[in-house]
Amino acid sequence: MGKVIVITSGKGGVGKTTATANIGTALAKLEKTVVVVDADIGLRNLDVVLGLENRIVYDIVDVVEGVARLRQALIKDKKHQGLHLLPAAQTKDKNAISPEQMKELIGQLKEKFDYVLIDCPAGIEQGFKNAIVGADEAVVVTTPEVSAVRDADRIIGLLEAAEIHDPKLIINRLRYDMVKRGDMMNTDDMLDILAIDLLGVVPDDESIVISTNRGDPVVNQIASMAGESFRNIARRINGENVPFEEFKIELGFMERVRGLFKINSH
Amino acid sequence: MSIFKWFTNNTAKKSKNVAKERLQLVLIHDRANSSPEFIDSLKNDIMEVISKYIEIDESSFNIEMVQTDDDTGAKGRPALVANIPIKKMKDRTRE
Repeated sequence: MGKVIVITSGKGGVGKTTATANIGTALAKLEKTVVVVDADIGLRNLDVVLGLENRIVYDIVDVVEGVARLRQALIKDKKHQGLHLLPAAQTKDKNAISPEQMKELIGQLKEKFDYVLIDCPAGIEQGFKNAIVGADEAVVVTTPEVSAVRDADRIIGLLEAAEIHDPKLIINRLRYDMVKRGDMMNTDDMLDILAIDLLGVVPDDESIVISTNRGDPVVNQIASMAGESFRNIARRINGENVPFEEFKIELGFMERVRGLFKINSH
Repeated sequence: MSIFKWFTNNTAKKSKNVAKERLQLVLIHDRANSSPEFIDSLKNDIMEVISKYIEIDESSFNIEMVQTDDDTGAKGRPALVANIPIKKMKDRTRE
């Protein structure tokens, strides 16, 4: 029996889909069987982030409506043994699936795979309720911004109300240079406010944009800092005790000059 | 002291601290309003205490979380506002 994890955030655009694609890929690289489910019906995106958009024949709504069997709709990633995608429908809306149907479907997937990762749509309406209905655990993604943290807090409350306890936090797009000069909330600030456990911190990294352009998850790039963070997140999900990584900050010219003056003034 | 501090305005609060304080205030409000049980149990407890001293009109008792501008000019500070209509004072000396 596998584990069902919903990846959610409340606010849109904080990196839920990128996180789902990368954690799923990284878990497959750990030789687990994984299915990533795109629950964002009407706004399908997990397929393009994974580079599987050309292989979709049937989608999640087709399975629920009995047009296709589950096995027919699942897309097997050729690059990563064990990784599968259940795509969202692009032409239907969020009410095309009921929570009961979703629960039934997730139950079936849970029997076949080690991990079922659900990419939750933004918002707190029907789509959110469908995405969390079959979940055993939740991962909340936020960025170090007031709006994203506020929405994350609301989501944590709603998860608790739905009896999905102890969600874990991913802080995405952290800029160490801004944190250092006091212009961005740091990890401790956000953990203090949200009062949940940390799963990982992903630095703001242009390799994410490049890998999404190519449809090849960033965990495949050995040198990428964001890739390293996602690989570690996957290992933590898989039960390994991985210390939180510390990245060296690339200092700008002015900061280096300032540092020089500080040394001289001692 | 570094010479650069001379040029930069150090009296301005770091923006991350402003963000954190604003968030903490707004979340007090959000959390209270997103959980009706919280206000209900608070209301019942307050009612119980006040009833020891004053006979109140329980049907018109109202309590809510609002955002106010306080005396210091800080915006959006959450405050509890209660409207508790009094029927009559209880004479505690006779009990």
